[in-house]
Amino acid sequence: MRWEPVIGLEVHIQLLTQSKIFSGESTRYGAEPNMQACAVDIALPGVLPVMNKEAVRMAVKFGLAVGAQINHRSVFARKNYFYPDLPKGYQISQYELPIVSRGHIDIEYDGAIKTIGITRAHLEEDAGKSLHEDFHGLTGIDLNRAGTPLLEIVSEPDMRSAQEAVSYLKKLHALVRYLQICDGNMQEGSFRCDANVSVRPRGQTELGTRSELKNINSFRFVEKAIKFEIERQIDVLEGGGTVVQETRLYDPGKDETRSMRSKEEAHDYRYFPDPDLPPLEFDESFVKAVKQTLPELPDAKRDRFMSQYGLNAYDAGVLTTAREMADYYEEVVSASGADPKLVANWVTGELSGYLNKDNREIADSAVSSTALAGMIKRIADSTISGKIAKEVLDAMWNGEGDADAVIEKRGLKQITDMSAIEKVVDEVLAANPVQVEQHASGEQKVFGYFVGQVMKATSGKANPKQVNEILEKKLRS
Amino acid sequence: MSLERSIVKLSAALRAKEVSSVELTRRYLERIERHGELNAFINVDRERALAQARSADERIASGKVGPLTGIPLAHKDIFCTDGMLTTCGSKILANFVAPYDATVIERFNAAGAVILGKTNMDEFAMGSSTENSYFGPVRNPWDRDAVPGGSSGGSAAAVAAGLAPAATGTDTGGSIRQPAAFCGITGLKPSYGRVSRYGMIAFASSLDQGGILTPSAEDAAVLLNVMAGFDPRDSTSVDRPVPDYSAQLDHGIKGVTIGLPREFFGEGLGAEVGLAVEAAIDEYKNLGCEVVDINMPNCSLAVPCYYVLAPAEASSNLARYDGVRYGYRAPEYTDLTDMYKKTRSQGFGTEVKRRILIGTYALSAGYYDAYYLQALKLRRLIAEDFRRAFESCDVIVGPTTPTTAFALGAKVDDPVAMYLNDIYTIPVNLAGLPGVSVPAGFDSAGHPIGLQIIGQYFDEGRILNVAHCYQQATDWHKRIPNGFE
Amino acid sequence: MNVSTGKGGFNQIHEYDSLPHSSNRSTKPEMALNRADVEKIAHLARLQVDEQEAKAFAASLSRILELIEQMNAVDTTGVTPMAHPQEAGLRLREDRVTEVNAREKFQRNAPATERDLYLVPKVIE
Repeated sequence: MRWEPVIGLEVHIQLLTQSKIFSGESTRYGAEPNMQACAVDIALPGVLPVMNKEAVRMAVKFGLAVGAQINHRSVFARKNYFYPDLPKGYQISQYELPIVSRGHIDIEYDGAIKTIGITRAHLEEDAGKSLHEDFHGLTGIDLNRAGTPLLEIVSEPDMRSAQEAVSYLKKLHALVRYLQICDGNMQEGSFRCDANVSVRPRGQTELGTRSELKNINSFRFVEKAIKFEIERQIDVLEGGGTVVQETRLYDPGKDETRSMRSKEEAHDYRYFPDPDLPPLEFDESFVKAVKQTLPELPDAKRDRFMSQYGLNAYDAGVLTTAREMADYYEEVVSASGADPKLVANWVTGELSGYLNKDNREIADSAVSSTALAGMIKRIADSTISGKIAKEVLDAMWNGEGDADAVIEKRGLKQITDMSAIEKVVDEVLAANPVQVEQHASGEQKVFGYFVGQVMKATSGKANPKQVNEILEKKLRS
Repeated sequence: MSLERSIVKLSAALRAKEVSSVELTRRYLERIERHGELNAFINVDRERALAQARSADERIASGKVGPLTGIPLAHKDIFCTDGMLTTCGSKILANFVAPYDATVIERFNAAGAVILGKTNMDEFAMGSSTENSYFGPVRNPWDRDAVPGGSSGGSAAAVAAGLAPAATGTDTGGSIRQPAAFCGITGLKPSYGRVSRYGMIAFASSLDQGGILTPSAEDAAVLLNVMAGFDPRDSTSVDRPVPDYSAQLDHGIKGVTIGLPREFFGEGLGAEVGLAVEAAIDEYKNLGCEVVDINMPNCSLAVPCYYVLAPAEASSNLARYDGVRYGYRAPEYTDLTDMYKKTRSQGFGTEVKRRILIGTYALSAGYYDAYYLQALKLRRLIAEDFRRAFESCDVIVGPTTPTTAFALGAKVDDPVAMYLNDIYTIPVNLAGLPGVSVPAGFDSAGHPIGLQIIGQYFDEGRILNVAHCYQQATDWHKRIPNGFE
Repeated sequence: MNVSTGKGGFNQIHEYDSLPHSSNRSTKPEMALNRADVEKIAHLARLQVDEQEAKAFAASLSRILELIEQMNAVDTTGVTPMAHPQEAGLRLREDRVTEVNAREKFQRNAPATERDLYLVPKVIE
């Protein structure tokens, strides 16, 4: 292919603070319109901003997690433009001196590790929302969201395909949730992505003209939008045209991007330092205190899961993608005392199946980590077999109680009484003389048939290991 | 019966129950009505004032009395006052009922003071004559054909005419000190950060500072004691103890060193103003002060520097007046942009628009470095001039304004001439220092002359002390304009 | 008494020989503004100016720019810009919700609302 795509992402994450970035108003999502818009948020004459300390901590936390430079002095600036959901007529943001600069995130794509640079991350305030429906040709403005703290994370144009962009985005998404600085909810707009896309002839070092894709609100759409845009630009260039620098909107319904002409008016934001906010300054001890709150990060956790629990890279990766999942897994291992690999199989296998089926997050699992541990314990102590355990888990998922209650109620306790199993084995052998004959003549595979018959006769409750032992003994004799 | 002007004495009379707050409030309300031709007030709420006075009288009766309990005050209409119209002298806020109190208002209310009404001002505090008010110009009580100065012209005229014992004001480039000088009263601009800006409608945020216009320095101290102090709602408010300013008034000033900036006495200074200031300096020498010459080389560029920074900040501060959430909205428009433009063009006056345009230009792409950044650097040099000067003196003294009050309409068509009125006051705002203007005589036309005393950061106590000692030795501040006895 | 006076007042600022002069500032903005400039700036500031006003503003703004241009007489190389009068850093607030709902009171000032939303002419995306 002649063309090389170049992609950089700008991600806005809403920080998980209780109150807004510059006011004591709540940031809770979903309130009635303008119920969470205080005097500062609606920019009444005379009001002033006061900075939220927690938002600063969260920005520093992020910076530390991506190995970035933490700037002990950063400056809030005003970005001036008129828009009805921007009450002051300017957005308080950071321009020349952001709080975080020069970090990186490693992504894995096609088995290789690639480092994506993070140019900067800066603090700013969110705008309100414009609602266009149902106001007889007018627009309604809800300012509840105005002033919600945002961290804007700007990557270097280091990605070369839509898939790489999505890998980076997923990695970033997992990271901010690990750090507990963002809930990552893309539907509610807590995690929003803009993509800068350009293409250039392979081998050329200078960048092509880029277009900016605005507010793409799912991983799938990010991938589709970027793919569409790359192809569109290649078509334009190969058709002898030139790419125009512009903002484009992805339309998921039509799977295409289109120009947002209304936003094309030449912008001149007239940034200048906000006179209401002196420079944001903190010393190394502040950074150190934040450092102490840093959790184990996904990559480190994955490596530890491999070495500590003997898991393979795939399982360790799956279990550490989300912090809640990793915590759940470790709780089960610790509470059950069972083989970590056995636990990993149950968590990544059966349990994940139920979660997917019901479209639930691990945090909302119908079977708690303690409950799953209780069940796995019963496998480990031979009260039930792995096969019966599937039935037990299904019952637990459907609210029939903990593992012991289900086993008791349904009578699923494994038969481990040697004489009882011997009796059933004897009956099975007596009822199948032909097969006994076959086995004696060297046909080993009928052995499985006998096991099946015994299990069938015991409704699966006979301890498979004991069944094997007894069968072997009887058939040898 | 002549009106008692001193707040200290009024306060004593209230406490001694020689007069009630209701009586006092009625007396001022009546004077405000009688002298409506000065146009000093935009809005007077009689019922509210009397209700506050009654509750003050109850407090006095129960012995819970502070120095301002029951004292009627006027507030510049730039301070948001819960439940009252707060217009900032603009059509764009002509219907705006503030839904909250500015910190300054809250503090005076808590001290038991009575709100007589809201005073007239240059629209958004942009002006030096109070001719830029949507509610019409204010007249100077000393000469009704002259301006009272601005932008706190309504407050200055009200205090000079005895329509209020004292009034609040704001000072971005001289808006308290210059009208105080023009109206023959005392006007204090505290250090930047001393008085909360919360609820004070912003003109230029890094320069604006609330202050007071009073008959004397002694009264200013009483009001500053209430007004000053840390406010967690203002990120530029300074958390620093507030001394008792009244306690420092009578400290002797023998040995205090007064710096005279050579540049404040050169060409451009009116001859009569110069003579009055020289006389005042002689008075200080008599009082035992040392006088030294100082140099402020960069202050000569304060006006150009200010006319970049103040409009730049204002252009952004005034973007919120868009007709969406409060205030004026044009009655007819075709679309959103048209609504913005018509609302703002109809809602703002010419001078406000002019400054928004200048500020927008100074911040726009390609001009930022040459204008805005250069102005910020000059601001540093000017602040350095003061820092260096204060190494050799305790206070800096000079004229407040180059001339006395000029005729109404004389400078409305020449913005630059109007701006140059503030050449001696602007450098103080750029540096963020405290300054006070005190009456120091009259010119041949009978217009008052102001003397400016500038102090170091948070040295309000010192400049009030220096002003008070002058007022103990002179009686310029006790002169009352004809017809306002 | 005798107040020693400087060699010039503020109206003679060009004569200050104590000011370091810079003869070669690389970007010297155009001083005079024309009507089209004013219209462009006015649009950025969302102000409507008719032809007459644009002409008047062009004249007065040009005079103000002339005043402002005097700043360029000073070489400020190496001077740290001063955006705030105090040197102190930003004070931070604890992350606590302190506001109570006052929507109704606020919206009494609003030119147009419906179902608790502020209404504006249609925003075209």
